[in-house]
Amino acid sequence: MDKMPKWADVLLIPFINLLLAFILSGLVILAIGKDPLVAIKTMVEGSFGSTNAWGYTLYYATNYIFTGLAVAIAFHARMFNIGGEGQAAIGGLGVALVCLAVDWPHWTLALPAATIGAAIFGAGWALIPAYLQARRGSHIVITTIMFNFISAALMGYLLVNALKEPGNMAAETRDFPAGAHLPSFHEMLAPFGIEFSKHAPANISFLLALLCCFLFWVLIWRTRLGFAIRSFGHSETAARYAGISPTKIIMISMMISGALAGLMAINNVMGESERLILNSVEGAGFIGIAVALMGRSHPVGVFLAALLFGFLTQGGAELQLWENIPRELVVVIQALVILFTGALDNMVRAPVERLFLKFKKRVA
Amino acid sequence: MTLMRTFLGAAASLALAATAALADPAIIFDLGGKFDKSFNEAAFTGATRWAEETGGQFREVELQSEAQREQALRRFAESGSNPIVMAGFAFASALETVAPDFPDTKFVIIDMVVDQPNVRSVVFNEHEGSYLVGLLAGMASKTGTVGFVGGMDIPLISKFACGYVQGVKAANPDANVIQNMTGTTPSAWNDPVKGGELTRAQISQGADVVYAAAGGTGLGVLQTAADEGIFSIGVDSNQNHLHPGSVLTSMTKRVDVAVYNAFTEGADLETGFNVLGLSNDGVGYALDEHNDALLNDEMRAAVDAAKAQIISGEISVHDYMSDESCPVM
Repeated sequence: MDKMPKWADVLLIPFINLLLAFILSGLVILAIGKDPLVAIKTMVEGSFGSTNAWGYTLYYATNYIFTGLAVAIAFHARMFNIGGEGQAAIGGLGVALVCLAVDWPHWTLALPAATIGAAIFGAGWALIPAYLQARRGSHIVITTIMFNFISAALMGYLLVNALKEPGNMAAETRDFPAGAHLPSFHEMLAPFGIEFSKHAPANISFLLALLCCFLFWVLIWRTRLGFAIRSFGHSETAARYAGISPTKIIMISMMISGALAGLMAINNVMGESERLILNSVEGAGFIGIAVALMGRSHPVGVFLAALLFGFLTQGGAELQLWENIPRELVVVIQALVILFTGALDNMVRAPVERLFLKFKKRVA
Repeated sequence: MTLMRTFLGAAASLALAATAALADPAIIFDLGGKFDKSFNEAAFTGATRWAEETGGQFREVELQSEAQREQALRRFAESGSNPIVMAGFAFASALETVAPDFPDTKFVIIDMVVDQPNVRSVVFNEHEGSYLVGLLAGMASKTGTVGFVGGMDIPLISKFACGYVQGVKAANPDANVIQNMTGTTPSAWNDPVKGGELTRAQISQGADVVYAAAGGTGLGVLQTAADEGIFSIGVDSNQNHLHPGSVLTSMTKRVDVAVYNAFTEGADLETGFNVLGLSNDGVGYALDEHNDALLNDEMRAAVDAAKAQIISGEISVHDYMSDESCPVM
């Protein structure tokens, strides 16, 4: 047996990675003359200490669940979708068009329609890179990242020239109709007698994200298509030999990926800002890559990693607000976590693995 | 003994800080960050000046995401900060929803009007200041062609451009004004390379004075103008010192004064509409040792006369934002 137990792989190693990242962050905070213990306390209290804090943490986590799942499904087909940022932005366009097209009477009608709009637009944006990869061999990493820039330019153009209210200085659409307002946690939990902060942005799309996690699991591990995606990801030649069409798998997995990224817009565009603003994604598409890496492309892992990054984002904001720690340093902390969980994963994995083997040998 | 004194001193300053924290003012910078060498930095300068002069403390935050606008406003208001100053028009919709929830807190928004009883809306008559520098540009130009490089294409920047064109035409009715906007997204505020390219393009069309109303992008405009040996005009802060001899003047927009005033007046500041224009030195043109040699007596006389006439109402400079159009463009 030359493997370490599964619990060590999925829990212990990420934990050690995180610990290292936090120790280093602590040293950085110490270096600028602040107290790391106070900083961590501020972060934890600011992200989990009140319902308002939870509301923000879960709001960010919802974004990251969607983009994390998007990257994860592409990983299963061994593709690296860096275009979550652009797909989510275009998904936002889909949501905005749906929400503004009709004066929605109730959110129960608006939500499914907007969900479809977001998914179609997001998938559509992933379609062209997918086609180029499948048929022309243009590398998906290059094309998706280029499409991020195209989407940024397109959204800028549309918001300024087509969707903006005349006289408004900010490049944003008008507010969505009241019927398209998604229930926030406050409104959802009030009937159960739970007092949740009224102003936190967390909303019903968190449940949609959980549903997507479950459907992701069903798709990948319980359906024929999921099997095809996984086998294609493990070995393209073997998959081809088994009669699986590479073109089909690349196209389908990328479109699902784009659709998932697009769904993020339900949370940030429809749930939070309730209008489409420029640059609404704010890097969540890129965080999704770290989330998928850390979550080992498994929905449960993605959920936990998304929660962690939600904590980092919200806790980082609190650090800025109360500790006067500059925002650049907050990015440094996030980057250290990404570095240790993604890039430097093997640095921890190899010694831990050896340790386990040694221990096992001694027991045997 | 010294140690004891240090401890006592620390304790005393802590105690002071604790009591002061009750009504500390706060400032929220926009996504551009407080060191953008332009708008946000001017706000930061004003806040720092207040802190240095009074020994007071203020809370500050630089936003990272759109969702944080409302969050930062609420958290500062909940913690008792008063007044809370926002640098930038983009806070308008967040402030609309937050202000009614904190009727006892005073908010100050710069560059935008929010109609709430506890909000002071500070707007600048940028068109008046731009008119003056336009007048100078028109007189300084030998080719009869001058340029304008704007940042993001929003009505506020068109307001700068429109005032500028009116000033240029007042000096030279046949003058040609070339206008370019850097872009349509917020990144247009911080793209000095593109600013330089636009300037070069305008020079090739004959422009020999270029006015930059483009935040960080303007630094590229000023640099290129200095490299190519033409005049440039800075904006917001006094940028004359950046390239002495090349920067003709700067259209100063005293965001720092707006912040400083708000902090000084503290929790009892008067709310409502607050216009900073030529008459109260909220906008103007910069004259210092760096451009002393560039402006001749005729130009100084003309610009001071125009300033007096605008203040007295004899000259009325059209405000682009009043009707979203410009009669001279």
